[in-house]
Amino acid sequence: MPKGILGKKVGMTRVFIGDREIPVTVIQIEPNYVVGLRTKERDGYDAVILGMGKRKKKRTPKPLLAIFEKAGLEPLKYLREFELKEGEQLEPGQEVKIEDVFEKGDLIDVTGKSKGRGFASAMKRWDFSGFPKSHGARYHRAIGSIGACADPGRVWKNKRMPGHYGNETVTVLGLEVVDIIPEKSVILIKGSVPGAPNSLLELRDSVIKQRKKGQRKLQKVKELYAAQ
Amino acid sequence: MNALIREIEEKYVPNDIPEFRPGDTVRVHVKVKERNKERIQVFEGVVIRVKGSGTGKTFTVRKVSYGVGIERIFPFACPSIDKIEVVKRGKVRRAKLYYLRELKGKAAKIREIKEWEIMKRAKESEAAKREKENK
Repeated sequence: MPKGILGKKVGMTRVFIGDREIPVTVIQIEPNYVVGLRTKERDGYDAVILGMGKRKKKRTPKPLLAIFEKAGLEPLKYLREFELKEGEQLEPGQEVKIEDVFEKGDLIDVTGKSKGRGFASAMKRWDFSGFPKSHGARYHRAIGSIGACADPGRVWKNKRMPGHYGNETVTVLGLEVVDIIPEKSVILIKGSVPGAPNSLLELRDSVIKQRKKGQRKLQKVKELYAAQ
Repeated sequence: MNALIREIEEKYVPNDIPEFRPGDTVRVHVKVKERNKERIQVFEGVVIRVKGSGTGKTFTVRKVSYGVGIERIFPFACPSIDKIEVVKRGKVRRAKLYYLRELKGKAAKIREIKEWEIMKRAKESEAAKREKENK
């Protein structure tokens, strides 16, 4: 099985587990299929290509269509590569289910595209504190000074300023899997994830598990969700 | 709200909660943790509000204790609620009984309706419905 899966953000709610209330994001896993495989001999690394979502046949490029046909699948909208769990084999055309990939109490990383905010001010984009709203102030949400005088005589590189914000790929690390509901193909994850409802999300085995701190967190989380 | 989220929330709301409405008097048994010991505390009062849906559904219970009005908000899905007893059914004409906050003593009383009155009313409304269908 792969170390990740594709999903669609549904929205947020809260659930009660044990004696605590947990804010969760609901992610729906639409049917994921193995479209192809990357192998060490041919591509230099091992991976699975997973696909999700429907795509019209006439909207699919011909070379891609050939790949889908070879796997015996209808054309899929989203394609992403995932690492394979060690010692496991997959066949093209096979369906991947959420319950085979993750379990309750796992730590995962979620990648998505954040909501686009257009041209945003420094207050929104960089959390500047702005200026007084009242007391006679006539300068409210602007950025203020952007540097010194003749020395250095220029604005520093990477000075935080207004500009395009959002609509970029964001990954949140180390989120907890609160619950998996196989019959609805749904996964509940503690906390928020990037993007708007209905947007694509990539769920991956967390990289923080490789760190000591991540291991400790994993232990704690596993115990917590195993208890109920 | 999204239909799927609503379905999921259902799973997390216990279904053994008795039915009650604003105006009813309830006794809420709350589990209180003190260090390692757990004991049960009872909070009895009038339900003055029910709001929200799914796991976010809450009700507010008001009581007057030593002359001070106390309101507690409980989520329906709250795991620390041991059980809820309905003590009395009250006759009210509003969904939110905020007006009780301004009233004291006898004025703050809610007329009780007895169980048989509810049954009778249900029967009547059913009969009326049937009549309507027959027409």
